[in-house]
Amino acid sequence: MHTTLASASRELVIGPDQPFCIIGERINPTGRKAFSEQLRGGDLSRIETDVAQQVAGGARVLDVNMGAPLADEAELMTRAVGLIQRLTDLPLCLDSSIIEVLEAGLAAYQGKALVNSVTAEDERLAAILPLVARHGAAVIGLPNDEEEIPEEPRRRAELARKIVEVADSHGIPAQDVLIDPLAMPVGADTSLVVRTLETIALVREELGVNMTLGASNVSFGMPQRHAIGAAFLPMAMAQGLTSAIMDARAPQVVRSVQAADLLLGNDPWGAGWIAAHRAGQAAQVVP
Amino acid sequence: MTQDELLRELYDATLVGNGPAVLDLVNSGLAAGMGPETLLYESLIPSLEEVGARFERGDFFVPEMLIAGKAMAGALEVLRPLLAETGAASIGTVVMGTVKGDVHDIGKNLVNIMFEGAGFQVIDLGVQVAPEKFVAAITEHQPDIVGFSAFLTTTMPMFKANINALVKAGLRDQVIVMVGGAPVTQEYADAVGADGYAADASAAVARAKELLGRRRSLATA
Repeated sequence: MHTTLASASRELVIGPDQPFCIIGERINPTGRKAFSEQLRGGDLSRIETDVAQQVAGGARVLDVNMGAPLADEAELMTRAVGLIQRLTDLPLCLDSSIIEVLEAGLAAYQGKALVNSVTAEDERLAAILPLVARHGAAVIGLPNDEEEIPEEPRRRAELARKIVEVADSHGIPAQDVLIDPLAMPVGADTSLVVRTLETIALVREELGVNMTLGASNVSFGMPQRHAIGAAFLPMAMAQGLTSAIMDARAPQVVRSVQAADLLLGNDPWGAGWIAAHRAGQAAQVVP
Repeated sequence: MTQDELLRELYDATLVGNGPAVLDLVNSGLAAGMGPETLLYESLIPSLEEVGARFERGDFFVPEMLIAGKAMAGALEVLRPLLAETGAASIGTVVMGTVKGDVHDIGKNLVNIMFEGAGFQVIDLGVQVAPEKFVAAITEHQPDIVGFSAFLTTTMPMFKANINALVKAGLRDQVIVMVGGAPVTQEYADAVGADGYAADASAAVARAKELLGRRRSLATA
């Protein structure tokens, strides 16, 4: 199944036969005190560096989260979308738990955006899906409901199915729904990531939709985080993960994703792998 | 072993999360006539505070926090009934739990310890606590405060689910709702309709006392 996202001038296809879709996570004030303060004061200047670094690192989509405490998140989202679309032609992933903020971002956005996210809660589905449908966007679905964030892969897959079905009833086709199989920190419990991998395999088998997750969650609270990310993502890709919201500025992680693309047959003739190698060599040559 | 040596060993065993050694040392200390308060306040709590400090500095990692917390919990199981016997009057009761879907308990355990140190009675429901379990515990224990802990942005929505369950059970006005955890902000706490939020364990105790004082002065006004 293919999910197509677009900016004003460029289309991007996500799918099991495509190179892995790296969604850059950096434009997000969570855990970035200085950036958070700047956003509160309406200063978006830091975003320019974040965009440049992630584009250079290999991001194909950029996540945009303006969730700074005590800031006017909707206004920031409107301004950030305009700014980022002037800086890059990559499609954007509009990230907020507040519906008005998603609405503001979608109104400002040119192209077909990815909305992050909706859950399987009836209230959230009813509020967010019409918005996604009206703007012809795609959406990330998190398999938790009013009752629980299930640990069991079987239950997660059931809630994923519910999201896909309700989206369909709002006129959003399955290819425009990306399911998040829920990445959990391995440092908290070493059985949790296995559950995520099982969920990925189940969702691929039963729904066949594209999937994305917050890859950095997996290594939270552990040393050598990039090495853990570099091991996790190829495993998840082998199970059927087609995208991740991740640190595109970490060469160790990005290279392991590109190598996995090659090994899984999604980089014909190794052209992407070799081109990335040459680009790296060229960058080291002093002109 | 002198009492000072025992306290030192207990401190070290807690620091590395050696549960069996912690339990042995606590039992040895009690057998030698040491008071439960001495073991708690002069060894266990300072040790866990050091664990927290090392974590904040980046010297300790999540699994190390969790295993130290587990060792501490084992010691508290022995000490709690003894501390209750010494009869320090409880200044309030707290029902605490990590929300459903979330298995993280170190932050909650640190908060519990700080609450107990401040004289609260803490009823810890553990991790992955479903809304109906919070409702049942509040009905049974009639606490002043209920604390919801979440460590993940993916589990934070359970705060709202828990509050909805309290409203449905007619308990919302009887209890102060406090929320916390690494990704939680004051803004988020306000958005879900919680009464209080704090960024760390000691701030949580101060905020709890403030909220409790305000509620009690309203009740007597």
